Amino acid sequence: MLVLTCHACGVTAEETEFHAGGEAHLKRFGPGSSDEDFEEYLFMRANPKGVHFERWRHANGCGKWFHVARDTMTLEVFGSYSAQAFAPPEELLSRIEDRRPGWRGQD
Amino acid sequence: MSEPVSALKNISDLNGIAAIREIGPLGMITLRGDLSDRAVQDAAKTAGGANAPDQRKINAEGDGGVAWMSPDELLILCRYDEVPLRMTNLQAGLSKGHALAANVSDARAVFEVSGPRAREVLAKLAPVDLTPGQFEPGMMRRTRLAQVPAAFWMTDAETFRIVCFRSVAQYVFDLLKIAAQPGSEVDFF
Amino acid sequence: MSTRLATGGRLLNKAKPVNFTFNGKNLRGYEGDTLASALLANDQMLVGRSFKYHRPRGIVAAGPEEPNALVNLGAEGRFEPNARATTTPLFDGLQAASQNHWPSLEFDVGAINKHLSRFLPAGFYYKMFMYPRAAWKHVYEPFIRQSAGLGKAPKATDVDTYEHFYAFCDVLIIGGGVAGLHAALTAGKSGARVIVMEQSDHWGGRAPVDGGTVDGQPVDKFVDGMVTELETLENVTLRRNCMGAGVYDHGYVLGYERLRDDSPHVQGPRHRLWRVRAAHIITATGAIERPLSFAGNDIPGVMLAAAVRDYLVNHGVSVGDRTVVVTNNDNAYLTAIALKHAGLDVPAIVDARVLPQDSQLMEQAKALGIRVMMGHGIASVKGGKRVTGVEICAQAGEGAVLEEISCDAVAMSGGWSPVVHLWSHCGGKLRWDTTQACFSPDVDNPPLGADGMGFVTPAGAASGVFALDDVLNDAFAAADGVMTSLGFDVPRDLKSPEAERRQDAPMMPVWLMPQGASVKLREKAWLDYQNDVKVSDVRLAAQEGFVSVEHAKRYTTLGMATDQGKLSNINGLATLAGALDADIPSVGTTTFRPPYHPISMASIAGEARGTVFQPIRRTPMHDWHDTHGAEWEPVGHWRRPYAYKQGGESTYDAVMREVTNTREKMGLLDASTLGKLIVKGPDAGRFLDMMYTNMMSTLKVGKCRYGLMCSENGFLIDDGVVARFDEDTWLCHTTTGGAERIHGHMEEWLQTEWWDWQVYVANVTEQYAQVAVVGPNARKALEKLGGMDVSKEALGFMDWADGELGGFKVRVYRISFSGELSYEIAVDASHGQAFWDALMVAGHDLGVMPYGTECLHILRAEKGFIMIGDESDGTIIPQDLGLHWAISKKKEDYLGKRAQERSHMTDPNRWQLVGLETTDGSVLPDGAYAVAEGENENGQRNMQGRVTSTYHSPTLGKGIAMGLVLNGPDRMGETLIFPGTDGKEYQAKIVNPVFYDPKGEKQNV
Repeated sequence: MLVLTCHACGVTAEETEFHAGGEAHLKRFGPGSSDEDFEEYLFMRANPKGVHFERWRHANGCGKWFHVARDTMTLEVFGSYSAQAFAPPEELLSRIEDRRPGWRGQD
Repeated sequence: MSEPVSALKNISDLNGIAAIREIGPLGMITLRGDLSDRAVQDAAKTAGGANAPDQRKINAEGDGGVAWMSPDELLILCRYDEVPLRMTNLQAGLSKGHALAANVSDARAVFEVSGPRAREVLAKLAPVDLTPGQFEPGMMRRTRLAQVPAAFWMTDAETFRIVCFRSVAQYVFDLLKIAAQPGSEVDFF
Repeated sequence: MSTRLATGGRLLNKAKPVNFTFNGKNLRGYEGDTLASALLANDQMLVGRSFKYHRPRGIVAAGPEEPNALVNLGAEGRFEPNARATTTPLFDGLQAASQNHWPSLEFDVGAINKHLSRFLPAGFYYKMFMYPRAAWKHVYEPFIRQSAGLGKAPKATDVDTYEHFYAFCDVLIIGGGVAGLHAALTAGKSGARVIVMEQSDHWGGRAPVDGGTVDGQPVDKFVDGMVTELETLENVTLRRNCMGAGVYDHGYVLGYERLRDDSPHVQGPRHRLWRVRAAHIITATGAIERPLSFAGNDIPGVMLAAAVRDYLVNHGVSVGDRTVVVTNNDNAYLTAIALKHAGLDVPAIVDARVLPQDSQLMEQAKALGIRVMMGHGIASVKGGKRVTGVEICAQAGEGAVLEEISCDAVAMSGGWSPVVHLWSHCGGKLRWDTTQACFSPDVDNPPLGADGMGFVTPAGAASGVFALDDVLNDAFAAADGVMTSLGFDVPRDLKSPEAERRQDAPMMPVWLMPQGASVKLREKAWLDYQNDVKVSDVRLAAQEGFVSVEHAKRYTTLGMATDQGKLSNINGLATLAGALDADIPSVGTTTFRPPYHPISMASIAGEARGTVFQPIRRTPMHDWHDTHGAEWEPVGHWRRPYAYKQGGESTYDAVMREVTNTREKMGLLDASTLGKLIVKGPDAGRFLDMMYTNMMSTLKVGKCRYGLMCSENGFLIDDGVVARFDEDTWLCHTTTGGAERIHGHMEEWLQTEWWDWQVYVANVTEQYAQVAVVGPNARKALEKLGGMDVSKEALGFMDWADGELGGFKVRVYRISFSGELSYEIAVDASHGQAFWDALMVAGHDLGVMPYGTECLHILRAEKGFIMIGDESDGTIIPQDLGLHWAISKKKEDYLGKRAQERSHMTDPNRWQLVGLETTDGSVLPDGAYAVAEGENENGQRNMQGRVTSTYHSPTLGKGIAMGLVLNGPDRMGETLIFPGTDGKEYQAKIVNPVFYDPKGEKQNV
């Protein structure tokens, strides 16, 4: 059972306070979009063995969503960041680079 | 109008390792807004009689106070009968900006758990570090008690106030009673 | 025979005799005994029958690794099967009974299996029960059912209570032996928050039994000193009877504390499950002695050498008058020496090794006059229900008997294996130690925590060092390293104490005794006592191609019993490696999974049983319903009255009465469970237009509108009435049980997609008690209460207004889910019961009756209103339900709109909602399917529709139903056939789903 830090309220707590929300940074496609784009948005999900960006909600807590960067194999947590972001912050990306050199090429 | 009744009519259990009492009804107003906005801070102060607290803190005195609930939410505490007046004042103070104030006094149940072993009772139900020094009066914690969401703070070194949804008041009371059952001392803190 | 000695027994309180029973026999022990030591003190060596062959089995070990001594414990509400006698504390009144035999322990019919053992080899389940197929049901299964399992399942409800406890610390130390205690002192004095868990009820582990001196004092005094010092440290918590059961991700550990197992009648929880988060974990879990594989090594009286020593020193019990010690290492000599000192006979130490010179312990044994036979082994143990002697052979040979020694006990030692379970639970790797022939923690590959760093460190024997001074040095180094990594300063004067160094001769791996044992001997050499797996079974598995250790394990069931192979794993692996001609590390180990030792299911449940098994949500009027005949229906976690039974009427009659009464007079429904969400802000209208399929931004202040919500998949997820309070405030009603889900849904879109929109949502569901006042007399009742104007003119259909009724501050919604004149009235929950009472009084002369959810369902079905969860099931779009009128065509976007444009969603062959009416007035079975011509590719009949809701309508005097039917709306009047599970075929006509008052004249009065 993981321990995560809620980016919104700062609490570090066990997983039972949180609710997992799947892959982060999906781009929404609405009416007028192509079938391919819509399929990608609605159904296709990354399932990496290694570095992954996820959405979590502090459901039994402040109620806010936030993002987590995590290694799906070792369960190492690289950091939490705001849900109101289109991409992970640079500072976090370089921290991940330190821990997993060259991880970006592995996708 | 009738006399307001709390969910469990102020039931108590004093036989266990900590005293458990349902208190209230207490006045509670959810205030959502930009907490950095001066108007929101002032409105909260007027309504709760205390300054808006820092992240995960509570400024409370008696039944009045203000608790930090999330980055855009405060909980105003006051006497139950004062809620209509406080609501009116809040609405007036907030009328210019974008904010939401809602009376939630009746949507909640409040329990007091007290005694030297109050920490132990809570630590059986909430996945929170309640060691003295780690959790102290002035702090506000939203978490879960067994299977339901709850929030609590300490009014002194040996007393917790717990807020949960009204519909699960009986469940929470039963939980606390079991956690405080005689013979269940942990001797941890 | 085994017996209690006049002296000795360091853990006993001889002033406190204790009475207990075993298989109904009255026996006596002392406080401080385990059930096992007390049984041995009463010469009860035979304690059970083995799982497969029903061979007589005795106590082998003295701790949780015990494979045989499993008993049924207690009675009635305190009955527990498979309790280990070796970990069960003795108390006055304890009742134990042996397991897995019939009719008695002494004479067991199932023992015939041992003569069939030729037919029950490894994998016999797979081989025997394949053919003929019919035999499975009539022969094999009944046989297996009767003989499977060890203990009996409890029948009575557990009368005890259990609890969890959440604890946090810097260092959690698992194991209270010398290593654990010394590590605790080091960590404690460095200022860390420390918890020490010890599975037994005493400190010190093996050290006080094995002896030695530390800093010039006997090791037991050294242990006492450490405990005394630890007790003075406020930052250290010591827990005995508390087993570290499992290590999980991110420093999570379960500790299993047994509080009342020795005092079942004292008030308080029986077990407490500690849910600990530790920054670091030190596993000081010690080591377990391995048996040796020789023929007859399962005969009662053959025990682990260290266990023999434990019973002697700890409990003053001699397991036999004449004990032969058989070993491949020096440690077992301690047993021989201890027995001799206690005045017992040790006819020989049979040592498989051939050594150039005697070690310290060998010299000591010889000096006591014990015969030491180097290079020898046991060919076979003699005896049935008890050892009578051993046949000695050369270890190097094939088992030719050189001599027979009579004895009544055998103390064996095959070397020691560190307890690596907790190290391995969360991914710690192992390395093979060739010198000591054991797997020990590979400290360079620890389990990794949230920060990517190792969070478990082994200490003492658990890390693979066995000599007392090595253990203490290792424990100090472990604690010192952990403290430094956590940022604590270890006081400079702290160091490892000096322990006396004993020069032991190296052990020699022995995986089979004698080395070249024949098939006949191998078939009697047990590896796994509990699951009856022999050396020959593992060899057979290898021969048949089960070369992976995980496959061989499952094929032979080696290590799959409740002891999880604590004694058998390494011997089994070595045997497999031998059969494969591979080395042990390349064969590898099976996976160590928590818990280390079985823990009670009830401790896992904790407080969650009985009334608090799960939360039950109650409305403010719950107690009133309860005292007025409510039959409860669970709706999510809510309890809602299904119907209120009066007098002796049936539930069905009550529902029919409630429907008729509501249609003809007046009914009250507790609607408090409906979700109520306030949505406010400059962008609230725009937001709600995205949330709902219809337009909410155009709703006028003071008005209500029914709305549908879909997921981004296009499927219907909720419905409800929305009211507009003011320019930028709406109130959204959700379904019962939908409040939290829809609140979360709204927050998710606001926080993660449209975070720049100015909207706040508040869940005020429980702020209000809400009552639906329904029926032709509803207005009269409200007028009787007095207050606000509730006339048609002042408060028309789909209007809402704030006001006062009967002195209550209310908000009244003119909405109807029944088709009748209806007001849904919200009051503050603290006044809910009083308001309900007032309505009952006001409605008394108007025929008021409360009604429940089933009446509500019939009322809405008569009107053709859909119900989320009946007409929708997560695969239904609003268009399927003929709800096109509630789907805005003007809006560019709403959640689900794009999905509803997918080809499958616009397929004209999607089943559509219709009404269904049986041709004979009977009620269609719920969920029944309408059959069509022909068969599908699987040879099943084709379907063309299904029933989604079905009731008897007392209003119409016939069965009515709703269903989804292929091209349904175009097929009005057609008759469909619905085969029921009762074998009957039901015929129903397709009709308009609005059965009652299609023009809506009744609600709009």
